[in-house]
Amino acid sequence: MSKVYLALQDNDMSRYIVAAVEADNPGVTVIYQPAMVRMEREDSLTVRRSTVEAQLGQSWDVQELHLNLITLGGNVEEDDEAFSLSWVR
Amino acid sequence: MAAKLNLKDKYRLLTRDLDWEFSYQNRQDAFPYEEFEGIKITDWSKWEDPFRLTMDAYWKYQAEKEKKLYAIFDAFAQNNAQMNVSDPRYLNAIKIFLTGVTPLEYQAYQGFAHVGRQFGGIGARIACQMQSIDELRHVQTQIHAMSHYNKFFDGFQDWSHMHDRVWYLSVPKSFFEDARSAGPFEFLVAISFSFEYVLTNLLFVPFMSGAAYNGDMATVTFGFSAQSDEARHMTLGLEIIKFLLEQHEDNVPIVQKWIDKWFWRGTRLLAIVAMMMDYMLPNKVMSWQEAWEVYFEEAGGALFKDLARYGIRAPKYAEVIEKEKEHISHQAWWIFYNFGHAAGFHTWIPTDEELDWLSEKYPDTFDKYYRPRWELAKQMAAEGKRFYSSGLPQLCQVCQVPMGFTEMADDPGQISYRSAEYQGERYHMCSDGCRDIFLDEPEKFVQAWLPVHQILQGNCGGSDLEEMLRDYYRMNVGADNMDMVGSPDETRWQKWKGAA
Repeated sequence: MSKVYLALQDNDMSRYIVAAVEADNPGVTVIYQPAMVRMEREDSLTVRRSTVEAQLGQSWDVQELHLNLITLGGNVEEDDEAFSLSWVR
Repeated sequence: MAAKLNLKDKYRLLTRDLDWEFSYQNRQDAFPYEEFEGIKITDWSKWEDPFRLTMDAYWKYQAEKEKKLYAIFDAFAQNNAQMNVSDPRYLNAIKIFLTGVTPLEYQAYQGFAHVGRQFGGIGARIACQMQSIDELRHVQTQIHAMSHYNKFFDGFQDWSHMHDRVWYLSVPKSFFEDARSAGPFEFLVAISFSFEYVLTNLLFVPFMSGAAYNGDMATVTFGFSAQSDEARHMTLGLEIIKFLLEQHEDNVPIVQKWIDKWFWRGTRLLAIVAMMMDYMLPNKVMSWQEAWEVYFEEAGGALFKDLARYGIRAPKYAEVIEKEKEHISHQAWWIFYNFGHAAGFHTWIPTDEELDWLSEKYPDTFDKYYRPRWELAKQMAAEGKRFYSSGLPQLCQVCQVPMGFTEMADDPGQISYRSAEYQGERYHMCSDGCRDIFLDEPEKFVQAWLPVHQILQGNCGGSDLEEMLRDYYRMNVGADNMDMVGSPDETRWQKWKGAA
């Protein structure tokens, strides 16, 4: 078992992304540190466009994640619907 | 109207359909370094960038990041926020950043521009070219952010000149020069994988988070903005490793050797970040040991578990590296305290509260090995006998760090010395890790420009230390160096704060 992680700047936009990650990833751990939010989870973590849009109440492009992203760990997979990190194969 | 292309299609069009075959030129002439290291590539089309970033998206999001970043720089300057940092001692970490790290961004820019030309696969070429532009952006934003501090504090002038000459800055400089003078695949394993995937996290995440906690919003913002690019760069690093390992089994031992080399070199380089975390952040977020456990042991551990399927193991000397996390920050700050008259920033004795924090964070080592030194330094300073070393330290031929690290395996109180002979000359190293690196490429490392040797050979000018610091390093002697206590920086700060 290995954890993947995603850290975002602690700002207003990230608030919605964190809420979407919590909704889609049961058991995710959210850690608040000065100016940043770190999310970690065993094996995989997904940021889904539709869930972020539902939180935000407007359209959101998955690539906009780059605007708030600080760092990550895990194998990355990104398409139009979701951004995901995983160690599972 | 044509249907809108999805991300995968857009990426495929950019990275496959824009490439061309060589019909009247030899392909090997176009990519002369591709086979230089013995790496075997059988099919470049297997290269995939998981982020699938295309040029239109790249410019759009980078421009948005820049707008956010410069808005914060403006706000910081307008708000006179240089006066709102936690403590002027903190700025000395930023001086190290400007002289020691920002020039590395420039080296990364040049390095990726070079290798971005050298790969036969267009996906890798494009990823490297975007990264090259990112690195240039980092240089510019960092210089811009720190130029504001240059108006108020000493030690920010002439940083690029200092990077090329000052003794301790040969450590980061030689790291990148070693990588840039290697072949293109080793450069990527060194910088994209070993340095960026695992090691820069420790600089740009917990240290930058700490910068926020110390009131330095300009630094935290350029740090996080840079690291948001690093997330993409780390993905390039992981992709290149997996790609090399999947292309040919003969690549595995070559890649493993590079991982061993560059993780060891990286841990040596990070000693300076360790002391920035433990000694130079007045408001502390986490200890170096804690950060190391999260970003090296946990994150790196997961990574190497994933790579085990290719026959890759954890970096050599991982057990030594694990022990060093409890020692390295204390040993590095002690070296700088001893040579604080020749540094381009101020040093100091930790306050009693800080000593207690270090005892609490390092219960097995701090009181036993390091606290007594600071108690003695405190006593000497109280008697007006602040101590500075008068000699020049022996440097490691590979990492160029002064010999100050100790034997982790059996006696952390004993300085670690190693040596090796090459063509009748004896060379000195700080550790088994650096000695292995030397023995693998002695013809490269015997050429190292070691500051102490150069000083002793008379190549750094000056008949005495003060002249050398002033004329060769271009430091403002008496302002940029010596103890924080009694410095012009400290005096000005107290005056600004109405305390003097």
